[in-house]
Amino acid sequence: MKIVKTKDLVFDYIRRDEEGNVEGITTAVDHVDLEVEPGDFIAILGHNGSGKSTLAKHLNAILMPTEGTVWVDGMDTEDKEKLWEIRQRAGMVFQNPDNQIIGQVVEEDVGFGPENMGVPTKEIWERVEESLKAVGMYEYRKFAPNKLSGGQKQRVSIAGVLAMHPKCIVLDEPTAMLDPGGRREVIRAVRALNDVERVTVILITHYMEEIIYADKVFVMDSGKIAMQGTPREVFSEVEKLKELRLDVPKVTLLAHELKKSGLALPSGILTVKELTDALSSQKAGR
Amino acid sequence: MLKDITLGQYYQTDSVIHRLDPRVKLAATMLYICSLVAVDQAGGYVAAVLFLAAVIRLSHVPFRFMVRGMRSILFLLVLTFVMNLFMIKGEVIFAFWKLTISREGVDMAVKMAVRLSLLIIGSSVMTLTTTPNNLMDGMEKALKPLQKVRVPVHEIAMMMSISLRFIPMLLEKTDRIMKAQMARGASFDEGNILKKAKSMVPLLVPLFVSSFQIADDLSMAMENRCYRGGEGRTKMKPLHYEKRDYIAYLVLAAYFVLCITVGRIVRWGRIF
Repeated sequence: MKIVKTKDLVFDYIRRDEEGNVEGITTAVDHVDLEVEPGDFIAILGHNGSGKSTLAKHLNAILMPTEGTVWVDGMDTEDKEKLWEIRQRAGMVFQNPDNQIIGQVVEEDVGFGPENMGVPTKEIWERVEESLKAVGMYEYRKFAPNKLSGGQKQRVSIAGVLAMHPKCIVLDEPTAMLDPGGRREVIRAVRALNDVERVTVILITHYMEEIIYADKVFVMDSGKIAMQGTPREVFSEVEKLKELRLDVPKVTLLAHELKKSGLALPSGILTVKELTDALSSQKAGR
Repeated sequence: MLKDITLGQYYQTDSVIHRLDPRVKLAATMLYICSLVAVDQAGGYVAAVLFLAAVIRLSHVPFRFMVRGMRSILFLLVLTFVMNLFMIKGEVIFAFWKLTISREGVDMAVKMAVRLSLLIIGSSVMTLTTTPNNLMDGMEKALKPLQKVRVPVHEIAMMMSISLRFIPMLLEKTDRIMKAQMARGASFDEGNILKKAKSMVPLLVPLFVSSFQIADDLSMAMENRCYRGGEGRTKMKPLHYEKRDYIAYLVLAAYFVLCITVGRIVRWGRIF
């Protein structure tokens, strides 16, 4: 069974004037079909206003579809009875690290989800310990959240979701407000979860560097899925990505330009190592 | 700078008093205040002072921290003292121009001053030895019966602890907005009161807007983590009474009986 599936998903934002009359309708998500296999690392890419965050909010029933259906682990998100189960299965991490930490101490914040679910006290402690260890924040368990850096706060937020034992984590631009160091920290933690704990990850971002580890990439543009495939397939189409106003990683761009000017390089080069390997094999072949 | 302020006045150390259940400490504070109001005779005050001294000793909190709380009410203390001293009519022991001091006045003034001081010190013992969070938990659990009459006890406690969590953040935001406005030539400490109040507007408006933003984000984050009110919720750090808490209740009851007996029934005569 698919862990997340959407069919013909449409979501309209309706703008109203002061009297409540409809002023205009913006279709943020436009007939999106998405299927995610359990255990996958999925990246959803798109520039600002492409509808990627709106899509994410459908995946744990914060928003309800205007048209179409969303299933999380086989449950329809419009089924009110299943609401809490859906939110437990698909946890979400938001953009702003400050506005999603509820507890006054790190460990209390991580325990917040399990407390709400009615998990027995002893098990809460076990879950808190294991989740904090999984994101490498166990030494900070007694800290006040405002004493932590942005990257550390996001890792605490991830641990908070992890303690609910979700099958799937949706991360809505978790690194957008972080510095490069914090960004690396968070992405490393997310990859570890996917590799070690086999949690399905749906990472929403506009940083290209973050998606090269994904199993599958979806590129969104004005509410529609414009491209999909493995990172390599997506990055092979540099011109199309530029059209969609997305920045291609510098190495990929360099390889693309070199290829255009006549070097016989494979397309879709993602890392510096791949490029140097390709270049040195070229040199050897000459 | 603004970030480093500590909330409440919790004094971090380890003592029997610190480890007591917050409900015991809440009850103790209430009972202590009652006893202060109820006693009338010098003997009661002696008992109250001795009891408080013993608790402070046990709490390992330096005495100067206790007195710190007094500073804020010093004015009130002096005012009460002076008012009582001159206003109460009775057997005149000192007269000057139109002012008279009576024996009853002195008696009352001293009593009120002692009462007020003990009251403030007594309640600071509680706030100094209990973290705000712990206190909130204690209140939630102690007031739980009120839920039967539809008082949203859990919700109130949750709101309180969330506001405590966000005070440092809002302070930081204020600091940032102030700097941003100062960079554009605003000044916050010039001119008369009216001008100062006016200069607060460009500070308060963005602060309000951003606190609504925070509230919106936070409520989404809470729902996302399956928060649905107090029902069916378990506790990570549940409160339960230990042996020391029962002992504390016994000691408290003993104190109260003793204090009322020597303070109301046994007559020692007046202080003066």
